[in-house]
Amino acid sequence: MKNSEIWIAFYTILVREIRRFTRIWPQTLLPPAITMTLYFAIFGNLIGDRIGEMGGFSYMQYIVPGLIMMSVITNSYSNVSSSFFSAKFQLSIQELLVSPTPNWVILLGYVLGGVARGLFVGFIVTILSLFFTHLALENLFLTVLVVCLTAVMFSLGGFVNAIYARSFDDVSIVPTFILTPLTYLGGVFYSIDLLSDFWQSVSLLNPVLYMVNAFRYGILGVSDINIYWALVMVSVFIVVLFWYGLRLLNQGKGIRN
Amino acid sequence: MTYAIEISDLKKRYESGFEALKGVNLTVEKGDFFALLGPNGAGKSTTIGILCSLVNKSSGKVAIFGEDIDKNFAKAKQYLGVVPQEFNFNVFETVFNVVVTQAGFYGIDKEVAAERAEKYLKELDLWDKKDVQSRMLSGGMKRRLMIARALIHEPEVLILDEPTAGVDIELRRSMWEFIKGLNENGTTIILTTHYLEEAEQLCRNIAIINAGEIVENTSVKALLKTLNQETFILDLDQTLPLDWSVDDFSVVLNNDGSSLEVEVVKGQSINRIFSALDQVNVNVVSMRNKSNRLEELFVKLIKG
Repeated sequence: MKNSEIWIAFYTILVREIRRFTRIWPQTLLPPAITMTLYFAIFGNLIGDRIGEMGGFSYMQYIVPGLIMMSVITNSYSNVSSSFFSAKFQLSIQELLVSPTPNWVILLGYVLGGVARGLFVGFIVTILSLFFTHLALENLFLTVLVVCLTAVMFSLGGFVNAIYARSFDDVSIVPTFILTPLTYLGGVFYSIDLLSDFWQSVSLLNPVLYMVNAFRYGILGVSDINIYWALVMVSVFIVVLFWYGLRLLNQGKGIRN
Repeated sequence: MTYAIEISDLKKRYESGFEALKGVNLTVEKGDFFALLGPNGAGKSTTIGILCSLVNKSSGKVAIFGEDIDKNFAKAKQYLGVVPQEFNFNVFETVFNVVVTQAGFYGIDKEVAAERAEKYLKELDLWDKKDVQSRMLSGGMKRRLMIARALIHEPEVLILDEPTAGVDIELRRSMWEFIKGLNENGTTIILTTHYLEEAEQLCRNIAIINAGEIVENTSVKALLKTLNQETFILDLDQTLPLDWSVDDFSVVLNNDGSSLEVEVVKGQSINRIFSALDQVNVNVVSMRNKSNRLEELFVKLIKG
């Protein structure tokens, strides 16, 4: 395929992905908006007022970056995993497989579809958070960079999940039993300074901690971890997951007999 | 000579150990209307799956319009349009979007895709359904949608895997008229079907696959010439005694003697049956083949 044709193929996949999650907005965009509003109201306003300050900020201000990041992570992941698995399930993935679209374009199209949803939901949650608190933006470039890299990484994770999934249960197992605990324990609601040395060390093994803190640093200017280390780690994860996802696609794992 | 499809020593063994193809050799000429027939599980869908990259081959060579799929599958895929047996489009997309999106996967510009979508959807009587979600279509409409989608990049070869399964007679005929028109305009057609009369009427060349091997690959005419026996059913205006017979013919009368089943071997003249009936003042009201001629050969070849 010529470069211009590859671009059209990529754009087609991306537009189709965006059309999908906007068409089913009551399933994709509304739930995180409602859930996060409840988090802001209950944890931020009601309970947060009694907790007091954390990291030099009100509890509400402290948890907002983490909650935005939580929305980005879960939505970018689940967009790709559910969309690609649905395409496998209803065989419509064959439309792409019979076409000359290169596998890396298929992967990129799905991943950026997930990124689009993650960022869109992140934007909605950010707007909602402004009804509850004031957000100072310490470092715009870092904030955007971290949120984009995180969305890419979890979209790639969702893609690998969808490749291996054989049922809809397989698509929900990882978000429920791995992603949610990692996010909750990834410093969304607390600073790891509150933990004992042992649990602090354990927390450092959680990749979500790095993303949440890097994002929080971009907004508030405070972090429990080294920002550059966080960026390097996310970048390495992206490279490895992209390589692995492409390898699975080239092998036809779960999609070709 | 460059063939539309050239397959040599194609083998496929699935992970389960099942050997679906045991060294298939097959060529399809450009512009041909070709039938690939075989019983269920014979290897038809595996062969087609390998051609359109839905199945990974174990070994062997496949070329589409001279492009080796191991060397330049992307180019080879450009030549191919596929109408699979099962519905495989996104059922939540509109009819128009299903077709135009497929064009995008082939790198076709949006305006060109929209023009072609209109052309093919109109030709296949689906234009008035263009904004309908594809899940709302009837079975026949879904089949036609898959044909429109397969044609959107105007392929040189169109593969139709059981395209008329579950389609009513009228629609089936109109679909075949459309496909015949494509063939007349130069598109190579490869068809698998269980309706053997379709293959006999439409196709010029034929391959019969059984247990992963090609057992016959010839023209439909040449194949039909090998048929050395046909069975006719004659409906009579009067009943005959059940023991009625004609020398050298195998004759079976149905229960009330009002219809006659006659086996005519190559070289025999059925006129002798008519003469014998004339002698007892019985007239033939209608006459037909007991089964399709190709079907008889097919059964014979499959049973070995």
